[in-house]
Amino acid sequence: MSRLWRASPLTYGALVVAAFSSIFPIWWMFVVASRSSDAMGQLPPPVTPGGNLGANISRLFANTDAYFLTGLINSAIVATTVTVSVVFFSTLAGFAFAKLRFRGRNALLMVIIATMMVPTQLGVIPLYLLMTKLNWNDRLPAVIVPALVTGFGVFMMRQYAAQAVSTELIEAARVDGCGTARIYWNVVLPALRPAAAVLGLLTFMTTWNDFLWPYAVLNDPENPTVQLSLRALSDGYYQDMSQVFTGTAIATLPLLLVFVLFGRQIIGGIMEGAVKA
Amino acid sequence: MSVQLDARPPVAAAPPVRPTRSYRLSRFDARWSPYLYIAPFFLLFAVFGAYPLAYTLWVSLHEWDLLGTEPTFVGAENYTRLLADPDFWHAVVNTLGIFVISTVPQLLAALWLANLLNRQLRARTGWRMAVLVPNVTSTAAVAIVFGVLFGREFGMVNWLLDLVGVDAIDWKANRVASWVAISTMVDWRWTGYNALIFLAAMQAIPRDLYESAAIDGASRARQFWSITVPLLRPTIIFAVIISTIGGLQLFTEPRLFHAGTNAIRGGPSRESQTVTMYMFENAFAPYYNFGYGSAVAWLLFALIAVVAVVNVLIIRRLGTDAGPRTGGRKGGRG
Repeated sequence: MSRLWRASPLTYGALVVAAFSSIFPIWWMFVVASRSSDAMGQLPPPVTPGGNLGANISRLFANTDAYFLTGLINSAIVATTVTVSVVFFSTLAGFAFAKLRFRGRNALLMVIIATMMVPTQLGVIPLYLLMTKLNWNDRLPAVIVPALVTGFGVFMMRQYAAQAVSTELIEAARVDGCGTARIYWNVVLPALRPAAAVLGLLTFMTTWNDFLWPYAVLNDPENPTVQLSLRALSDGYYQDMSQVFTGTAIATLPLLLVFVLFGRQIIGGIMEGAVKA
Repeated sequence: MSVQLDARPPVAAAPPVRPTRSYRLSRFDARWSPYLYIAPFFLLFAVFGAYPLAYTLWVSLHEWDLLGTEPTFVGAENYTRLLADPDFWHAVVNTLGIFVISTVPQLLAALWLANLLNRQLRARTGWRMAVLVPNVTSTAAVAIVFGVLFGREFGMVNWLLDLVGVDAIDWKANRVASWVAISTMVDWRWTGYNALIFLAAMQAIPRDLYESAAIDGASRARQFWSITVPLLRPTIIFAVIISTIGGLQLFTEPRLFHAGTNAIRGGPSRESQTVTMYMFENAFAPYYNFGYGSAVAWLLFALIAVVAVVNVLIIRRLGTDAGPRTGGRKGGRG
């Protein structure tokens, strides 16, 4: 490779600056979360962790305005259910669109692509009215059920299945007497596993992170998602910022954990999606 | 497959019966099961996606509130009232202001960052993860943390500005300053993500293009603007559209940047209330005016469409002015 592509010390210097500004706010969040509230008033601000994390955590979970533990449990339930459902239905539909022939296939695929372009805000009010009618307001199904399928998931799985699942293998299974359900389970799903994993990670992160719709539909302060607990904490009139930061740190932790474990796949998924889009 | 259970020779008429049944079954399977597999998406989307969408339009034509009285049809009244509503236009200006001062630096920084990441680097994955980490944090958490960083008294940003001799800025009470603070969080979150998208497209550009440009004496900067940027045009358009849709819908960051009583108004005099926040203020607490809120939602949609088209037109023009004579359209498709 020619010297055109060599990274100079200047390149590394610039990258260090970029990486530092990316990581510093998160680091600082953990610093404040582990200190007493005085940390907020100190200038220059402290940049190393203190020993107050345990005390902050117990204050946070005892805080009756935030229902933080309920929020954590609710978010775990919502994000897990939605992730399993989106992955299952997306691989199933993606398989059908990529490998099965049926009347109206292309038109229906266009419909799915079109659904990806509509902003969620547009449907929030009628969806709220619908939830009132179903008597789901303030309850978890209101957050879970509308998120059980996504056009993005179906489209992503279709693109991947089209090139990753071998048509010969499907035909061979058919000759052996497999129905389409068994082909999906025994041939297609194993082949889709890498892409399904990326879709699952992205879905989990988006769902865990969602704020707008839960904020609209879960008005009961005793039954929040974790992001709504954070809102309750930060809107409080007391200024116990180390407790608030402990909350933001705990709410961010599952996402960071997923990222540390599967960062390579997530990056691959984003870059792949960009080129294929 | 079938097991012979008795020793009698098969009856001549028997074999055709079984294959016919399983044949018909498999015909049925091949013909109808695809619909079964895609049905969950369409059923759920119909109820929780398409129906609300169409219904928003219907609601927006009514005087419709929480009080339980029958909604009354008022035609375009919500829209005419909205178009004359100074608070709505204030929110539109806020949204566009935040959008412009976040998107432009964000995409330029992402291009530059992608260009850095496209070199031969040690610990390649490490750098990529480092710049993407803001994107996988909780938006609500980040908004709260940045709200503190941009605090007036003890905020770290004002402290840093003080070190270089700039007076403290009241980030939450000054309109343009609050736009800058909110744009900073948006940039922080999305620059790395866009950089990875640009990086993917850059890697699809044949490297000998650069080699020959270098032989012709083109500088690094010249190569960047005359080769990389034009060939990246489809990807840049893609990123601009995605940023437009996301940027104009901004809600979580400005909502949580402000805490307390005026939070949904984006500060006491609506310093950074976005259109989505205005929709929320009207459709939910405190007003529960669903008809008016729905009209805001539709005008927001129209705004997104208009801005997206304007953006694409601008980028098209930029691309043709700067682009090389050959191959201007083939970048970014791998």
